Amino acid sequence: MTIATDFAKERSKRESGAPVVTATGIAMAFGSRTLFRDVSFEVKRGEVFVILGGSGCGKSTLLKLLIGLFPPTAGSIEMLGTNILTDDDDAREAVRTRIGVMWQSGALFGSMTLLENVMLPLEAHTKMPEDARREAARIKLGMVGLSDAANRLPAEISGGMAKRAGIARAMALDPPLLFLDEPSAGLDPITSAGLDQTIQELARDLGTTFVVVTHELQSILAIGDRCIMLDKEAQGIIATGDPRTLRDTATHPTVRAFFRREVMA
Amino acid sequence: MSSSEAPTLTRDGDRLVFTGRLDADAAALLWRPATAARAEVTGALTLDLTAVETLDTNGAALLLHAAGSEAAPKVEGASAPVAAVLARAVTAAAAPGPAQGGRPHSFLSGIGAQAFGLLARGQDRVVFVGETMLAALSYIIRPRGVRLSDLLRHLDEAGTRAFGLTILLGFLLGVILAFQSSIPMRQFGAEIFIPQLVGVSLLRELGPLMAAIILSGRTGSAYAAELGTMTVNEEVDALKIMGIDPIRMLVLPRLLAGTLVMPALALLLTLCGLIGMGLVMLGLGFPPTATMNQLRQTLSVGDMAGGLFKAAVFGLAIAGIGCRCGLAAGRGPQAVGDAATGAVVGGIVATIILDGFFAVIFFRLGW
Repeated sequence: MTIATDFAKERSKRESGAPVVTATGIAMAFGSRTLFRDVSFEVKRGEVFVILGGSGCGKSTLLKLLIGLFPPTAGSIEMLGTNILTDDDDAREAVRTRIGVMWQSGALFGSMTLLENVMLPLEAHTKMPEDARREAARIKLGMVGLSDAANRLPAEISGGMAKRAGIARAMALDPPLLFLDEPSAGLDPITSAGLDQTIQELARDLGTTFVVVTHELQSILAIGDRCIMLDKEAQGIIATGDPRTLRDTATHPTVRAFFRREVMA
Repeated sequence: MSSSEAPTLTRDGDRLVFTGRLDADAAALLWRPATAARAEVTGALTLDLTAVETLDTNGAALLLHAAGSEAAPKVEGASAPVAAVLARAVTAAAAPGPAQGGRPHSFLSGIGAQAFGLLARGQDRVVFVGETMLAALSYIIRPRGVRLSDLLRHLDEAGTRAFGLTILLGFLLGVILAFQSSIPMRQFGAEIFIPQLVGVSLLRELGPLMAAIILSGRTGSAYAAELGTMTVNEEVDALKIMGIDPIRMLVLPRLLAGTLVMPALALLLTLCGLIGMGLVMLGLGFPPTATMNQLRQTLSVGDMAGGLFKAAVFGLAIAGIGCRCGLAAGRGPQAVGDAATGAVVGGIVATIILDGFFAVIFFRLGW
């Protein structure tokens, strides 16, 4: 697939308002244990889409299915115009350069500085000269507030800094679609709010679409345009919509308990 | 402009005119031309972005490079989305970079710093040896804190699971030694003495030495990696906070296992080596009885006891070095790799040095 074809396809999709991600009837089971079934949703261009739910409901597994780490038991996933389960390897490989993933721990390479971590995708997938890669990586680190830590190793920074550096690396190729796995988990409220603000600014200024897996209520309400809520008992989606509306109007007992921090009877 | 057209840069007096989609591909294409065009501008530079379709942060890096300054460049004709991305990039690029490190060491102070580092590392090792000895003594006085299940697991991992490799290497070593020594011995008609040569070599030197190399590669590195991972994951700190001595719980079982399995491995390796040598002798036309008679004439219980004692000391050293490297691991995944490397290298070097000491001591004692 040529770059020109990619661009044309992407632009025509934007013009037609087509979704960036379409998941249809996804099911996942490990052996005889079903995690979820019949999960369907769409992620629209430019929105911050949140996958939420309690511990063990399969949020992170769903994220891994979406990014193509392993296939679901059933269903189909279309991302940026490519069916990541049935299309050929070249098409799937092309999609991988157009998405970014921030892992829960940051997953930074320990032997490289933060700057080198961010430069790595640029080195692998672009023909930018070394000084251009360095300058672009420096700007990305500046966007997540890590300019002063550019030369530090991952072992020398805090968990919150590692998450922000993970976002900077995920943004290296300026992908139209970013997946974030638990970006706020384990962070103090101030750092967490700063990260939320960064996500909102990137969505607004760069038009990036975000798919965020989290169960941090404050973050969900701050950044989420739309969300789906997974439930372990129901083995699927129990709520879809604007998180603020769900907080105020949901009637499902688990959804109400989640948004109001209530103990389930 | 169609999006399929390549982005361009042209200079119009003091204006740099960009067109098309400015992204990573544009940055790759126009970075060097931008450097050249900027050098030709003599007055106040202006970026004309009227025909720029889209801009991402890689394209913004190109524009900032073309502007030649991290301060907000003078821009004309940018659409609102393009201006927003550029403004964000300008703010990010203007953020203060990493603080400059202190003045580098001069040659002399560099030597001093290295010497102090060496001393500190030496001190750490002495402390580790001291703590381990104290833990061992206190265990002898009050044998609690070392779990039998842990000890058995380590004996299994370091010992029985290494038997296959030990048997193979021992057998091949015996075959090789016998073949190699047969060539010069044949010139003097002294092939019958090959069992004496190989037997003494294996029992006193090569058996313990090869077993030590096996233990160092298999077990020393595993100890370092396991304890290194525990250190990185703060499990060792958790033990300390719970009032449990990590030396007693983590190090002593491994030291005991290393010390106990090494004589067994050395003996097994020697026996397999002798079998290999016996087969070569058979091939050379000497019956097993002749080979056994030669071995009986040369080998003594003292040779075997000396070899096994050396093996036990090697095992203690290798296990201790592996544990120490693991507990002294730094942070991050690289630290575990460094610890494992240090354990293997340290274990082999220590074995050779100790073997040298034993050679001198046994010589003085007339063994």
